[in-house]
Amino acid sequence: MERIEVLKTYKLYIGGKFPRTESGRYYQPAGKNGKKLGNICQSSRKDLRNSVVAARTALASWAPRDPFNRSQILYRIAEMLEGRSAQFVDELKQQGSTPTAARKEVAASIDRCIYYAGWCDKYQQTFSSVNPVASAHFNFSVYEPMGVITAIAPEQSSLLGLLGTVLPIITGGNSCIVIASETKPLCAITLAEALATSDLPGGVINILTGVRAELLPIIGSHMDINAVVASDLTDTEKSNLRAEATSNLKRTIFCKQDPAKTESPYPILATQEIKTTWHPVESSITGGSAY
Amino acid sequence: MPKKKSAPDWNYAPAPESSSQVNLAKRYDHFIGGKWTPPSNQSYFTSTNPATGKKIAEVADGSPTDVEAAVKAARAAYKGSWGKMSGRERGKYLYRIARLIQERAREFAIIETLDGGKPIREARDIDIPLAANHFFYHAGWADKLDYAFPNQKTAPLGVAGQIIPWNFPFLMAAWKIAPALATGNTVVLKPAETTPLTALKLAELIADAGLPDGVVNIVTGAGETGAAIVNHGDIDKIAFTGSTAVGKLIQKSLAHTEKRLTLELGGKAANIILDDAPIDQAVEGIVNGIYFNQGHVCCAGSRLFVQENVFDEVMWKLKRRMDSLIVGDPLDKNTDIGAINSKAQLKTIQRYIKAGIKDGGEIYQPSCDLPAKGNWCLPTVFTNVAQSSIIAQEEIFGPVLAVQTFRTVPEVIEKANNTPYGLSAGVWSDKGARLFQLTKSLQAGVVWGNTFNQFDPTSPFGGFKESGYGREGGLHGLAAYLNLEFS
Repeated sequence: MERIEVLKTYKLYIGGKFPRTESGRYYQPAGKNGKKLGNICQSSRKDLRNSVVAARTALASWAPRDPFNRSQILYRIAEMLEGRSAQFVDELKQQGSTPTAARKEVAASIDRCIYYAGWCDKYQQTFSSVNPVASAHFNFSVYEPMGVITAIAPEQSSLLGLLGTVLPIITGGNSCIVIASETKPLCAITLAEALATSDLPGGVINILTGVRAELLPIIGSHMDINAVVASDLTDTEKSNLRAEATSNLKRTIFCKQDPAKTESPYPILATQEIKTTWHPVESSITGGSAY
Repeated sequence: MPKKKSAPDWNYAPAPESSSQVNLAKRYDHFIGGKWTPPSNQSYFTSTNPATGKKIAEVADGSPTDVEAAVKAARAAYKGSWGKMSGRERGKYLYRIARLIQERAREFAIIETLDGGKPIREARDIDIPLAANHFFYHAGWADKLDYAFPNQKTAPLGVAGQIIPWNFPFLMAAWKIAPALATGNTVVLKPAETTPLTALKLAELIADAGLPDGVVNIVTGAGETGAAIVNHGDIDKIAFTGSTAVGKLIQKSLAHTEKRLTLELGGKAANIILDDAPIDQAVEGIVNGIYFNQGHVCCAGSRLFVQENVFDEVMWKLKRRMDSLIVGDPLDKNTDIGAINSKAQLKTIQRYIKAGIKDGGEIYQPSCDLPAKGNWCLPTVFTNVAQSSIIAQEEIFGPVLAVQTFRTVPEVIEKANNTPYGLSAGVWSDKGARLFQLTKSLQAGVVWGNTFNQFDPTSPFGGFKESGYGREGGLHGLAAYLNLEFS
């Protein structure tokens, strides 16, 4: 007798756990040849709020973590993806990719993890500065994570584009909530399963599926999100998001370059704040107080 | 603790700065396309001396028509000689401006004090020299931009609209204009309506420097003039320094455009005194933190956190130091605290002081003779301030300090970061390990360890959270005026 396949339930990824949407809603995006991809959770305002709480909690230990350790964790993500590459390829094909394109995208995605793993302990050294002030002070500027970031993953490149958006964010010590591609959500959910078995602490990356148009205004007006990163919003969506973002002056970062095609440290800096620290320097030669 | 002594009996003889070197016209027009241009609606407003209430000069009130003319001139200059000029040559113009400011520094300092009310000591030693330094520093960047952002092509943005506040009128003009020009943009700048004079004097000096017409345009006026700049369709970038409320309005009105925006907004900085701090120096830092420029400072250390076991000593020394502060004639070289910038601001500050008392704060002000005329506010400190009190929450922008205590370092980190603002902070401790724990944990763009209110053109300045975004100064500040491949 032929074996009955066990079908997968697609869920959200919040704080390292896999809940269904609290709203009980689902949608059924169509894949190749119009075949339904599955019952995908349609996240609600409450789901977003829960993910922000999870991200804020995770930030407290992720942001101050040694960059070297962050680097190893990102590398570990690549290891986990490698082991699941066949599954990603299969899902990309279900979502309409050709086999060649799917294999290429998965390979590039794994390599992208390695690329940003390497940057974790290098961007600070490359772009920080000691500033030669004209007074007896030691003065330096360093990058610090902005905090909790919401990433709107690109609609088309559902794995590589998502990672290209998210990796620079967590490389820099931020935590994030990712809104997966609405029409191609499968890889995002499988990525969550890979992340859960990597060493990435729960809550650093939270993944929501759902309807972008419904979630954007909720994101824009949330008072505990520090920035939003997106790359393929329409002009109207950008404009509304900028207006809603005034609520708490959250930063709106609209990438000029396609995150699927971008390998650069500059997207890391896009979700960093610059902190400048001053301290007096005593001079035994010229004398005078150090304060 | 010994009983608080009264102020030492040192009566300083008056040492007024002479204003004989000052050249001020009775009336100023806009500076557009290199020419002094009367306002299209023929209307002028007056700029007064806040220390005497006397009128200093009449200044053009900018209409949307005037802004239009200024933007046209700026665009023409950008498309014309300025846009085609090499970085090296642009830099030479900036060096010239820096030198001209240094040559006329005394005159500019006096006008700054007359127009804004700040002590001549500060205008002379900080505002004007630092402004000259900003031009000199940025001049050298003009031909070296390729080294600032490795592996990225850089290009200017075009025409920058810049709106600046009344607390550091000349310095803010330099902070805005110098990086914009160094990176190859042209500028339409609007100074604040209560302090337009030094920006207009800068226009004279820019003309003297031989800068091509239209590279820098200065349009004076109030909020409506600013709105005309913000909403102008042919401006590529807005740089605003001012209140968080207005900053949010600007972001909202620009939401539907691709105009670049940087905001340098309000603050409510924590100044933290740990029990191992050098207390005498810390007291100087507290005074400099909150009473510098009458507290009209976005990064002022307006929330003081003192570790409980040194609270009595710190407060005793602070009050004794406050007793020796000289409040009065800004032109007197001995003056520590000058005039409040405007009647409206004085009323705002007085309203906060009343609210602080009503919220249960204990007020202390030194006794001190104030001049009969002008806008004055005594240096004020509140103890017993609840975290929820309005004076611990909102930016007052005056010489009013709210003091709270704490027992542990985690507690003070929590309290200090419990604000929507994130511009600056200060920490006082002689133990490096404790100091760095705090400087790392405080959510602020600028953190001063064992010092406060230091500024330098090489040092990036700007805020976290609702204190705005973008940096001014240093290598990092250049990004705000450049078109880069990666946003």
